[in-house]
Amino acid sequence: MTVNHYLVLSAILFTIGVFGIFLNRKNVIVILMSIELMLLSVNLNFVAFSHFLGNLTGQIFTFFVITVAAAEAAIGLAILVSFFRNRNTIDVEDIDTLKG
Amino acid sequence: MSAQTLDINLSLLVPEILISLLAMALLLLTAWRSDAGGQKLVRMISAIGIIVVAVITLGSFGTMTETTFDGLFINDAFSVYMKLLLFISTLFPLVMSWDYLVKNGIDKGEYQVLSLFALLGGMIMASSGDFMTLYLGLELMSLSIYVLAAFRRDDVRSNEAGLKYFILGSLASGLLLYGITLVYGNVGSTSFSEIHAHLASGAHLGESLSVGIILILSGFAFKIAAAPFHMWSPDVYQGAPTSVTAFMGAMPKIAAFAGIYRIFLDAFIPLFHEWGMVLKLLALLSLAVGAFAAIAQTNIKRMLAYSSIGHVGYALIGLAAGNQAGFEAVITYLSIYIFMNIGVFCFVLMLNQDGIGEEIEDYKGLSSQRPILAFVLALFMFSMAGIPPLAGFIGKLVIFKAAVEADLIGLAAVGILFSAVGAFYYLRIVKFMYFDTTESQFGMTVSPISKAVIAITSAVVIVFGIFPGALLEWVAISVKPFIS
Repeated sequence: MTVNHYLVLSAILFTIGVFGIFLNRKNVIVILMSIELMLLSVNLNFVAFSHFLGNLTGQIFTFFVITVAAAEAAIGLAILVSFFRNRNTIDVEDIDTLKG
Repeated sequence: MSAQTLDINLSLLVPEILISLLAMALLLLTAWRSDAGGQKLVRMISAIGIIVVAVITLGSFGTMTETTFDGLFINDAFSVYMKLLLFISTLFPLVMSWDYLVKNGIDKGEYQVLSLFALLGGMIMASSGDFMTLYLGLELMSLSIYVLAAFRRDDVRSNEAGLKYFILGSLASGLLLYGITLVYGNVGSTSFSEIHAHLASGAHLGESLSVGIILILSGFAFKIAAAPFHMWSPDVYQGAPTSVTAFMGAMPKIAAFAGIYRIFLDAFIPLFHEWGMVLKLLALLSLAVGAFAAIAQTNIKRMLAYSSIGHVGYALIGLAAGNQAGFEAVITYLSIYIFMNIGVFCFVLMLNQDGIGEEIEDYKGLSSQRPILAFVLALFMFSMAGIPPLAGFIGKLVIFKAAVEADLIGLAAVGILFSAVGAFYYLRIVKFMYFDTTESQFGMTVSPISKAVIAITSAVVIVFGIFPGALLEWVAISVKPFIS
């Protein structure tokens, strides 16, 4: 296993995350999952680099990213809940009140 | 290995510590006294607290550069200057929206607390010496502002603005982080000074390093709403409560530019030839979007969103110039921009809270009923359009001067052209106010705080337009630490 194996895996995960945000036309929860996937691929990258460089900074950074990701998920779901209360839907297509 | 000593000097963090203590104390206070009197107390304490911390911070403005936590945290003239801009761009929107918050039933203490946490995040970004501090500051600021944008829980448009801002902001954070991992993998450090030393040493650099830098730049382009990463900004500006829009128009942009200066001038400056090109493209697209898309807008908040995209485009020209004059010009431009932005939004808030409306057409005939207000708003519009002798002109002048010095004559010419296009939609508001008539009544009362905010911001716009010397001098002192 070289560092490249990890990098390719994390690049694939990251790309899935980005495409999940843009191509998904159905459900906002899927977008939240895609965001988590992006952040996890970043963590994988950090840990892989940290291991192969023999440098701890990447692993410390990972802990911060995990913490922030938790806060981000909480805030995203809270905003989504208040959106659902007003609109009774969480379809991506229904997020269309604002345009111009 | 020598004996390790902890490099901790908490005296450099006094402003950050005070703001975080203030925010947490107010969070307790607002939970303890949730009646109207308690909320008023929270509003007063938050405003006084920011002023006190601003004065304390101002005391350390000088040429000293100090670091603590092994270089994670930097205190220098630049960080102090940017923090002062952050205080101004938080304090004014907070105090001028007191009436708006009460009239719209969102005068909750959490509003002030979240604003203070966003301010704290911006301050940490301005002082960051490492990607770790920068990332945490950025997220603290962004997460607070996502919640603020969705603060009117009963309003669909506010929810939607929060949701859109959250999704696209998280995408931007993801891009930024992925870029940071690539830089870390190539350099083996997340510290700006170590990255700088590595890049300047002429060591072999992997291809993925450039990808990382471009991803980091894209992440920040999202945060400052530079085209082509601007799609969220008009929707969020329009949907968020107007008081939040006023806050969002200035504070996060100052913080993001502080972060850009920290990353790109502290760390990546040896590779300027790679990312300078991207900046030119971002600047050009932002100018075009800002100039042409704003013309078609009928909602004043949407129009101001596109106008801010244009202003970011001008600021990016200065950064793309890549010389000392350009780096100073960007900070000068931003310093002037926040005052114009606060002034204009004070008017939007005043008219909005009495139900007169958000449409540009609603401003018709303002001059016949409220001549002084119309005159001051016209002053801000002229300044935004960059007409001398107002401060907006000085901002554009220093930017274009730096661009010409760096042989970016094409970009400067395009900038001047687009500023002529932009003048159309600013002056259209002046035309509506002065040459059109209306049936509606502008009966709003102008609170003393709004009067004070308008007086201060318009005085700044006039004084710095005629005597820009002092401002240019402060900026020259603050931008010095970047040039070795």
